Amino acid sequence: MSTPHQQMFFQHLFGIGQLSKEQIEHLVSMGESFIELSRRPIKKAPTLRGKTVINLFFENSTRTRTSFEIAGKRLSADVINISASTSATSKGETLLDTAETLAAMQPHVLVIRHSIAGTCEFLADFLPHTSIVNAGDGAHEHPTQILTDLLTLKTQASGYEGITMTIVGDIAHSRVARSHLLAAQKLGYKVRVVAPKTLLPSQVEQYGCEVFHNFDEAIPGSDVLYMLRVQTERLTDNCSFPSIREYHEAYGLNRKRLALAGDNCVVMHPGPMNRGVEISSDVADSARSRILDQVEHGVAVRMAVLTALCGTAPEPEKRTPRREKAEAAMQAQGKLL
Amino acid sequence: MADVIYDNAAVNAALDRMAKAIRCHGDSLTLIGIERGGAQVADAIQRRLEEAGCEVERGNMDISFYRDDLDTIGANPEVRPSHMPFDVSGRTVWLVDDVLYTGRTIRAALGEVFDYGRPDCVRLAVLLDRGGRQLPIAPDVAGLMHAADPGCSVKLVTEGDWHIVQRRVRS
Amino acid sequence: MTTLLIKGGRVIDPANGVDEIADIYIEDGRIAAAGGKAKTEIDASGLIVCPGLIDMHVHLREPGQEWKEDIESGSRAAVAGGVTSMCCMPNTKPRLDHAGVVRQVIERARQVGLCDVYPIGAVSRDLEGKELTEMRELMRAGAVAFSDDGNPIWHSGVMRKALEYASTFDFLIIQHAEDLQLTKGGCMNEGRISTQLGVSGMPAVGEDDMVSRDIMLAKLADARYHVAHISTRGAVELVRRAQAEGLKVTTEAAPHHFALTEEELLGFNADAKMSPPLRTEEDRQAVIEGLRDGTISVIATDHAPHHEDDKHCGLSCAAFGIVGLESMLPVSLGLEREGVLPMSDLIATMTSNPAKLLHLDAGTLSEGAAADICIFNPDEKWTLDRNKLFSKSRNTPWHGREMTGKVVHTIKNGRVVFQKGDVIG
Repeated sequence: MSTPHQQMFFQHLFGIGQLSKEQIEHLVSMGESFIELSRRPIKKAPTLRGKTVINLFFENSTRTRTSFEIAGKRLSADVINISASTSATSKGETLLDTAETLAAMQPHVLVIRHSIAGTCEFLADFLPHTSIVNAGDGAHEHPTQILTDLLTLKTQASGYEGITMTIVGDIAHSRVARSHLLAAQKLGYKVRVVAPKTLLPSQVEQYGCEVFHNFDEAIPGSDVLYMLRVQTERLTDNCSFPSIREYHEAYGLNRKRLALAGDNCVVMHPGPMNRGVEISSDVADSARSRILDQVEHGVAVRMAVLTALCGTAPEPEKRTPRREKAEAAMQAQGKLL
Repeated sequence: MADVIYDNAAVNAALDRMAKAIRCHGDSLTLIGIERGGAQVADAIQRRLEEAGCEVERGNMDISFYRDDLDTIGANPEVRPSHMPFDVSGRTVWLVDDVLYTGRTIRAALGEVFDYGRPDCVRLAVLLDRGGRQLPIAPDVAGLMHAADPGCSVKLVTEGDWHIVQRRVRS
Repeated sequence: MTTLLIKGGRVIDPANGVDEIADIYIEDGRIAAAGGKAKTEIDASGLIVCPGLIDMHVHLREPGQEWKEDIESGSRAAVAGGVTSMCCMPNTKPRLDHAGVVRQVIERARQVGLCDVYPIGAVSRDLEGKELTEMRELMRAGAVAFSDDGNPIWHSGVMRKALEYASTFDFLIIQHAEDLQLTKGGCMNEGRISTQLGVSGMPAVGEDDMVSRDIMLAKLADARYHVAHISTRGAVELVRRAQAEGLKVTTEAAPHHFALTEEELLGFNADAKMSPPLRTEEDRQAVIEGLRDGTISVIATDHAPHHEDDKHCGLSCAAFGIVGLESMLPVSLGLEREGVLPMSDLIATMTSNPAKLLHLDAGTLSEGAAADICIFNPDEKWTLDRNKLFSKSRNTPWHGREMTGKVVHTIKNGRVVFQKGDVIG
């Protein structure tokens, strides 16, 4: 018999793609109840006492890492941060060995950020006794950012069901855009993507979104203008766009463009912002901006994610699948290590 | 099969008794209901106290994140945000719950209250004490007493007329 | 004296148009017309008896990367798959760009004695696409064709000269057709799935534009040009048109390109990563259509062994390639079951067709030919276990999948080298 609790169980959080509508809604509403904890004078609950969370970040990300760290610490977990520059990978150790080594220290949760898509799925095959949270893998998924955005939208009068979210910028390299496309299909909101052809991934229209090349045309009817961070070096290095100046002119959000939007349209951004590139300062700091709400909600949602995973963490074990695999191979060949 | 062990009249009478007992402690009171049944009981008592001319401040707490059984039952999918619109430091606060059993919920609630500040005094009011305590916790005010078998679940039903039911869940 | 008699099998010898129940007599390692009582008899009733298979596109990794594969383990994998002749690609270390290395490979294969190895010589020194190798010298040493496989010859001027020079002596140029400027950073087909996974793709046009250019150059040079492991609808169509125009353009398909699609990559499966990548269902159907109408005349595996460490590093970092020798026949037999090709034509793509293309003395059961024979049961079902492969490497997308069709005996120069699931010798 499975209780309602057990139906919500999952060992790893790789992406929005793996979650059901109910699981997403559960995490978002659990996040909602955690908002209040961070507003208390004493910002601490004992929920994750005795749990160990390792933040393993191969890409720089102060905000996501801090958000996970604060989320874990406010719930009394022991949080350890490891960044690529200080880790053994800089000494030639493979990603898998680094992860296996950390897993052998028996953490409950491994939060991973890596520039290669699929890193978490790949590592999970080898670490069956640790929960893995994807904190962003290449251009694949960034589930906690999407849960954050959904929580921010939930606290709006409009909610997220049935709304139109217009995502603008480097869709091709954006994990946030991909995760939103998946979430939109599950939760019933509409996504418009706005970008030049050079910044759109192949066949993106197959994921149920409307594609625009002209930003101005996409604004009317939008409930959210979601501006993606432009990585300036990526933009000009591979000929995706001639210059930042021209990018801002065509795809930047400024006051003049915002005036085309409806009265209740809000502005979101996953951060960190490039002021004057994808978003102008007057818009970023305006009453329409929900950017700082997103940051606050990010902590709450990550508390919910850590709580959900720690409630399901399996028993630690020493035997690794890699060893089992190696032994199976040796046995099949009649050899022994 | 669920048996009604206290009907609506009995529940209302118990709430009246509780309000009366709490009023003995002063005219300015702070009640914190424990989500969800406790919050509803606190509402009912608040109404009675205000009718009697008392000043009541209200908070609610969801103690899901303070429970000691995350590993066994997993994360509760239906958590409500705690709501504490006042500073608890220096006050006497009343924790209000519907059914008191092992005492673990109250232990968690005490932990949460102290995360909001340092109250002078914490008191406990419950609608029904069903016995079976596993911790050294006792109510200051209890509306009803009913010694229930550990194999039974005892619940306050608030849809329609309030009443209390007992149901055997295992032998 | 007859040393071996294969009795009662369905003998299919496409080179001679034979498809009948017959006995095969072997004397002194060669096929004999008839004979008397044999020292050894193989009962082949219910089985198909055909020439030992030829795989004209394998990577044996020796010399240089023997931890992935070597000539011995590659030969064992070959005969386990019914293959008795194979052409190894020149991207070894050192490259097959000097006669000495070519001779060394052939000699090593002879010592192992399981499977003939015919090296494909490098087109350019060190596969750099700059200076041509001494093709005539390499040919004398035993190379049978030329390719920079792994590295496409991207420079149009070099490709033109390579085709013109090869054409002068009627040599075949085999091209790994990939426009690296378009596929840079890619690890799978560009399309719906790459978008979902958020990985860089290798667009089909990156193969098409290279094939298109090469065909124009081959026409200019009047050269024999062969597209390795063709994988896109566009490229198949280009080759079809070139053949209709009478150009000496040929191509081969790898089993994975007509059996699998990019869907295999879902879940970031590095064992389904190869170059050219698995494409869409539309491309797969085009490859099948190319086999059906003869545009694609050869099935070759692009057997590319890699160590687990090179695959266990995430999809984007994993090495390109899968092993194929031991799954070539069962996967290809699917084409016969699905009615794409009659059994005899299917066997021709793995025997007489590559033999003709490369002028090999192999791939036939003619009287007097070397007795290289593959005996298989086309209906036997078995499950592929990566740990039971004879190859040193385990990178196969077919692990755990049911295969239909199993090699029962492989005979090399009249000697049984594989039977009952074991390699002998």
